[in-house]
Amino acid sequence: MGDFLMPSLGADMVAGTLTEWYKHPGDAVHRGDIIAAVDTDKGSIDVEVFDDGVLEQVVVKEGQKVPVGTLLAVIRSTGEAAPAPAAIAAPVVPAVPAPSATPAGIAPPAAAPVAPPEVEQAGRRLRVSPLARRLAAERGVDLATIHGSGEAGTILREDVEAAASGGRDRQERMRRAIAAAMARSKREIPHFYLASTLDFGQASAWLTQWNAERKPAERLLAAVLLLKATALALLEFPELNARWENDRVNPAQGINIGVATSLRGGGLVVPALHHVNRKTLPPLMIELRDLVQRARSGTLRSSDLADGTITVTSLGERSADMVLGVIYPPQTAIVGFGSVVERPWVRDGAVVPRPVLTATLAADHRASDGHRGAAFLATIDRLLQSPEAL
Amino acid sequence: MTRAQVKQAVLDALLTVVPEARPAEIDPAAPIRDQLDIDSMDFINFVATLDQTLGVDVPEADYGRLATLDACVDYLAGRLGVPATTP
Repeated sequence: MGDFLMPSLGADMVAGTLTEWYKHPGDAVHRGDIIAAVDTDKGSIDVEVFDDGVLEQVVVKEGQKVPVGTLLAVIRSTGEAAPAPAAIAAPVVPAVPAPSATPAGIAPPAAAPVAPPEVEQAGRRLRVSPLARRLAAERGVDLATIHGSGEAGTILREDVEAAASGGRDRQERMRRAIAAAMARSKREIPHFYLASTLDFGQASAWLTQWNAERKPAERLLAAVLLLKATALALLEFPELNARWENDRVNPAQGINIGVATSLRGGGLVVPALHHVNRKTLPPLMIELRDLVQRARSGTLRSSDLADGTITVTSLGERSADMVLGVIYPPQTAIVGFGSVVERPWVRDGAVVPRPVLTATLAADHRASDGHRGAAFLATIDRLLQSPEAL
Repeated sequence: MTRAQVKQAVLDALLTVVPEARPAEIDPAAPIRDQLDIDSMDFINFVATLDQTLGVDVPEADYGRLATLDACVDYLAGRLGVPATTP
């Protein structure tokens, strides 16, 4: 038997509301299947299963809000005999803890973001149309607070629109969740900061040529080159692609870069691109495009949010020269990129105009040192001088 | 094709990348990136949508000519050979 638990979708998540089961007892499930939707402070998230088997028992009902790590369902592995009905004990579903009883290692939010009224929704079946669910995520509407006007109480688009006009609850909860995670980071992590100006001339010329030869749908953004160069550099600096846990640095197995993505209504999410170092630029661009689109339409999956091993943030879009980030715990580093600008640059003994950008590193001094951090930024610079090899 | 149809295609493409946009509230003479909080990912999706719907492949060098709604219509109408006198 496998336990299907309420996932932790970031350091700022202490609980989630199970809004919908896509699979039901007796249904076959396969690794990667989305079997449930969970409402969090950062939106509605589709939750995947990581084993093949049969959904044996649903423990948490739609509408219930439970802490991270709570048993949501039992999954019988493929090949495992079905147990007799009496053999399945009815698990106890824990209540959402008060802020003083949050799980170990997770700081309670400054103001309790766990809204008690949702707990009272326990047992209420939430029927939500896909359009309504997406719209609710976009507008920051908590589905558990809506009574649907559709058949059998189904929540429809117009129900969400009506609720959206009544308040900004989701945005306020997201702001509190971000505040809790960032305050914890600055309280617990001894940051050090480095900045380095990178020569983006070769990369810019290569990118211009690449895009000139392709249709719009096949073109690349500079962000993809920066992500790939970061991932390749991390191969030499595993302590920056790691978690600080139990008083030691634990290098991650893969290089999954969390991409700080702003949401148009305010706030941000950090979904991850997986195994960035192994992929060529065109598929990375496709994945980045998909990730950003799903982040902004409220259709992220649990693995998007749970698997990040380092974060990259870029504010060049808004003409910021540099960004000094706050590490997303328990990660050990965040890389920032500013805007690409033309600057006087000495090249082969002559001053020439050159596109450059400022890359920054904020790293956990428990896990790394400035010498290593500076070498890491220099490695990114070196990799960008051969964009065709990325 | 008329200018009105080109304008509608531009608005449809914008709605594809920014579903919450309200076309009636877009100032045709003001930068659309600022009005709709569009970033480079949105913009490349916008250009790709125009390519699909209108068959106009906008090169990167011309992105600056799509700064406002009016500028988009002017540029695309020109590329499509739509007479300036059509509605």
